[in-house]
Amino acid sequence: MTGIIPVLITTFLASAVEAVEMVTIVVGVGATRGWRAVLIGVVAGIGVLAVLIVGLGAALTRIPIGPLRIVVGGLLLVFGLQWFRKGIRRVAARGMAGVQFNPDDEEREWTGDGFDWTGFVLSFKGVVLEGVEVVLIVVSFGASAGQLGAAVIGGAGAVVVIGGIGGVLHPFVTRIPRSFLQLVVGTLLTTFGTFWALEGIGIAWPGGDGAIVGLLLLYLLTASANIALVRRRTLVLAPERR
Amino acid sequence: MHRIVSWPVAFVRFWYHFIIGDDWTVAAAVIVALLVTALLNARGVVAWWLVPLVVIVLVTVRQYRAR
Repeated sequence: MTGIIPVLITTFLASAVEAVEMVTIVVGVGATRGWRAVLIGVVAGIGVLAVLIVGLGAALTRIPIGPLRIVVGGLLLVFGLQWFRKGIRRVAARGMAGVQFNPDDEEREWTGDGFDWTGFVLSFKGVVLEGVEVVLIVVSFGASAGQLGAAVIGGAGAVVVIGGIGGVLHPFVTRIPRSFLQLVVGTLLTTFGTFWALEGIGIAWPGGDGAIVGLLLLYLLTASANIALVRRRTLVLAPERR
Repeated sequence: MHRIVSWPVAFVRFWYHFIIGDDWTVAAAVIVALLVTALLNARGVVAWWLVPLVVIVLVTVRQYRAR
């Protein structure tokens, strides 16, 4: 069983990345089309997610932990590697720069009569799609580590904190440095994915749970080396393109 | 009819992009590494190092090839 604090921190950070996307969509649509339909879309999306959490939570308790660790660990490893690679590329290219809401994605301000279904669907879709990813992170981490309660607190906490920040600071929410957060979370997901998948296979890690720290350091070192390599190559190639 | 066909396609596409992403060879390499690790472990060979090694090589090679 993995400790409460590592699961809490990892699910909080992993969910925070999804929550940033979710809040960015909601704030962006709400700011351009008005808040009523957008907030109803948010509430409807959260309702769908609540049903999903209850359904998945009940189903997961009947699955044996060994095969679950292989499947979830393997999925986390493959999924984490996406963020790990993208995080390295983005941090190498932009440093700690944040995301910018693409003005091309913005809908024209809605001024018609009745209910704004476009605003509703956009926010509902954003909450459900990003929320499903939060649910998967929470359920997979929680079930594999045997710490579902801590994972739920981490995931829900991230959504509440990022949502609160988005509400208070919505003019600045699109400037959260997502590239750096993505690299950190990608490293954590890859670390836990490696650890759990191999533990599920029956591998005895040297140092037990302490191997997680070793893996994390190894992958952080890999990320740092790759960021340096990409930046160096960019500097070498840049004069040739002129 | 178009909607009936497009919904499952969109569903599969969502999960494919969510899990596999933009490079299926990374997912394939990870699965092969896990299978080889399981085989080595079943034969009593110490194999915990294989997947981390594959991850480091994969990430470095993919970053090097990315333009």
